Parts: sequence; structure tokens; C-alpha cells
Amino acid sequence: MSETTEIEIFRYLPDKDNEPFFKSYEVPYREDWVVLDAINYIKDEIDGTISYRWSCRMGVCGSCGMMVNGEPKLACSTFLKEYTLGKIRVEPLQGFPVERDLIIDINDFMEKLKAVKPYILRKEKDEKPIEEGEYLQSPAELARYKQYTLCINCMLCYAACPVYSLNSEFIGPAAIALAQRYNLDSRDQGRNHRQEMIASHEGIWECTFVGECSVVCPKDVDPAAAIQRAKVSSTIDWFMKIIMPLSKTK
Amino acid sequence: MTTYRKPVSNTWWLERKQYFFFVIRELTSIFVAGYCLFLLFIISEISDGQEKYTLLILSLKSPISLVLHFISLPFILYHTITWFNLTPKIMKLQIGEEIISEKLIVGLVYISWGILSLIIFWLILGV
Amino acid sequence: MAKSNEPILWLLFSVGGMISAMLFPPLIIITGIIVPFGLEGETTYLFEKIHFLVKNPFVKLLLFFVIALPFFHWAHRFRFTLVDIGLKPISFLISTLCYGGAVAGSLLTLYTLLRI
Repeated sequence: MSETTEIEIFRYLPDKDNEPFFKSYEVPYREDWVVLDAINYIKDEIDGTISYRWSCRMGVCGSCGMMVNGEPKLACSTFLKEYTLGKIRVEPLQGFPVERDLIIDINDFMEKLKAVKPYILRKEKDEKPIEEGEYLQSPAELARYKQYTLCINCMLCYAACPVYSLNSEFIGPAAIALAQRYNLDSRDQGRNHRQEMIASHEGIWECTFVGECSVVCPKDVDPAAAIQRAKVSSTIDWFMKIIMPLSKTK
Repeated sequence: MTTYRKPVSNTWWLERKQYFFFVIRELTSIFVAGYCLFLLFIISEISDGQEKYTLLILSLKSPISLVLHFISLPFILYHTITWFNLTPKIMKLQIGEEIISEKLIVGLVYISWGILSLIIFWLILGV
Repeated sequence: MAKSNEPILWLLFSVGGMISAMLFPPLIIITGIIVPFGLEGETTYLFEKIHFLVKNPFVKLLLFFVIALPFFHWAHRFRFTLVDIGLKPISFLISTLCYGGAVAGSLLTLYTLLRI
């Protein structure tokens, strides 16, 4: 094991130059270091100009998503010792506009997140006043959607999705998984409101089931499965609408 | 503020192993369509009489038929295997609190495939 | 929501995909290995059996779905692949050619089965 390892980082300083470039740094190699430790070392000891996002350093906040040797990863959960051959190349998350160095513009994702209405929606007549207590839910009802609650909005799935890279109109894996989290929640009655976004051409129907989103997800949310299930339920909707055009779907 | 967008080339699918195999998986559909046309050919030749039937069997033995079959089989099998392995993602079945294991669903699909294949062999070859 | 007509195309793609995944490998083994290499035994008896099977109207109905639906599986998959490889600007033309091709294939299937 060598004492140091080379980290090559994508740099983009729009106030200085319109062209991005790569800069290499030698950082100490430590068994227990993650890529985030290495970047923090660079910022503290070598080059204070480098910009990047991070927060919890333990894989729950979703801030430090980056491309490490071409794969979308959380910098805080990716160990240096996984890359014993050659240098480690760090780039901003694929598919998003880069504001500076490793910082991407996440507005598109935030807009999509808002658009799928990620909160419990209830019909007015079915609203309970607070005094009547909470809406009860059985463990079985929880199990239906629990996996989709684990999303930390890290956007690694967007970076892994070639459809999103080719077409940023695509709603994307996380937004659809989060819509499903509420659609499958027994307390929610708002599926119709979300279908406008989800069952559109830019929604689930853009997805060609590459499946990489689920592979890279650090929380095992399995957005690919969420999307395919949404395709099934939207198809059933479509037929119901034709067979019974006047009935109201949920 | 000017943001930088990394350009995406049309050969994006050659840049990562997973993307390459994804495109291969999608291109298996060409072999599916090709075999459909071949099945139509067989059906029309098989029902005209003993003579045409014998000619059909001969053409199945021809080098070009064999080569096309040998190329198509791995691609169609790749379609089958990737299709079956993804089946549990399309339907998450739940009994009470338990979500049925993906491996079980995949296993059931493969078993059904085995049974169906045996039925086809029996129907056509009369084994 | 009948907002987009993708659902029916996706359904045809899915059923066609399952049919081709299940049935095509054994069929290819039959037409590509077993029959050409004479592994099935007496061929004359085989002719009568297949002849009888294929002329049966119920079998014809099954055969129609077994062949026409995989055409739609190809159409849907190939359309998306071409669009992703860079042909997005002509995606409407691609869709027309692909689904048009599938319809043509289905009509050819219908014609072939009715003719025999």
C-alpha cells in the first residue's frame, strides 16, 4: 500500500474561465478514509478554492453525491481502499448543470419533487379534525410503501439514468418513487392529482427500465420497481377509463 | 452565472459496461421480430403439402438457416433471462406484512418456462 | 388517465415480451437444432401431426397472438432504442415506422394463417 494516493478532481471556475479542467492532488492514503475525507484534506491542506457539498458524512443527508471513477457515489460512503489501482477521478454528478467545481444545479430536481406533491393529500370530506386523533395504519399497510420512504434525495439515481442525461424533461427515478410513496400510503387519497405528472410522456413512459437507478441507490429504495409498478397501475387506469368513462378513479 | 453542461454523445452507451449490455438487451427485439417472420414462413410452407414440407425441412438444414439460428439463439436467450429476472420488479406481491421474495417469483417464472417448453416439445415433436 | 396512449403500447410490448421470452427459445431449438439434425425421429409422421395442428382454428388463434404480439414488443423496444441513440428529432417518424411495421406484421400474420 502506498503512502499517498492521487485524486483527480473536476474543476470549474466560471468567474475565471469558461472551460472546465482537471486538477490532481496527492493525499495521504488511510485505510479508513472515504473520498469525502480526501476532499476535505485537499480543501484544508492543499487547495482551499475547491467547492463541494457535504453534511452528515454518514450517508443519510444525500448532499455529497459525486461521480467517482465514472460511477455515481456518495463521497462519504466510498472508501479509498476500493480504488487500489491508479488514481481516483472525482466529477460532479452526471446529468446536471455544473455551477462550480463539484456543485451541481439541483433546481430541476427540486421543481420535480414539488410537482409530484410529496405529502398526504386527502379529500376535504374525509379530513378528520385533530381532536379525533391520527389516521391509523396497520403494519401491512405500512409495508406497501415503506421502502420508498427511505429516499434521501441524493440524486445518484438521476446520475445513473441515461434517459435523464439524454432528456432532462424526464421526471426521473426519485420523483416517481416519492410519488409512489404517497400513492401507496393508505392514508393518502391524492393519486389522481399526481397522475398528471407521473402518467405523462415525461413521466413513467420515458423510462426504458435500464435499472441502473436501483443499482446505485445507497438506500435500496428500488426506484426502478416503483416506476414499473406505476406503469402497471397507470395501464389499469387507462383501461378502466375506457370501460367506465364516467366513474371516478381514486 | 454560466453553468457547464457536459455534452452527451450518441455513443453514451459504449462508455459504461452496464449501458452497453442494456442496449444489447434492447436490440434482442430485432431477433424476436426476425424469428416471427421466420415462423410465418414455416407456417405457410408447412401446410401446402408433403412436397413443400420436405423442401422446408431441407431449407432448415441449409447453412444459412443454421447460422441464423445459432446467432439468434443466444440473443433470444438473453432476452428471456433478462426478462425473467426483471419480472419481480413489475409486480411486488404482498401477503399480510410479508413481501414475497423476488427470488421466489423468479423461480416460479423459470419453472413455468420449463413446463411450457416441455409442452411445446411434446406438442410438436410428440415425445 | 387516458392522457397518454403509451399504456396500450406498453401492454402490447409486455405481453409480446413475455410470449417471446417463454416460447421462442424452445421453438428455436426445434427449428434450429432438433429438426435440422434429425433428432426428432420419423419426419413423415411429424408432417401429418403439424399439418393437422396448424389447420385447427383454435391453434390458428393462438398462433396469431404468439406471432403478432412479439412484433409489437419489437416495435416499442426498437423505437425507444433508436430515439436514445440520437434519433430523437425524428421520433414521430420512428414511432410511425415501428408501430406501422408491427401492424403490417400482424396483418401478414393474419393473412398467412387465414390462407392455410
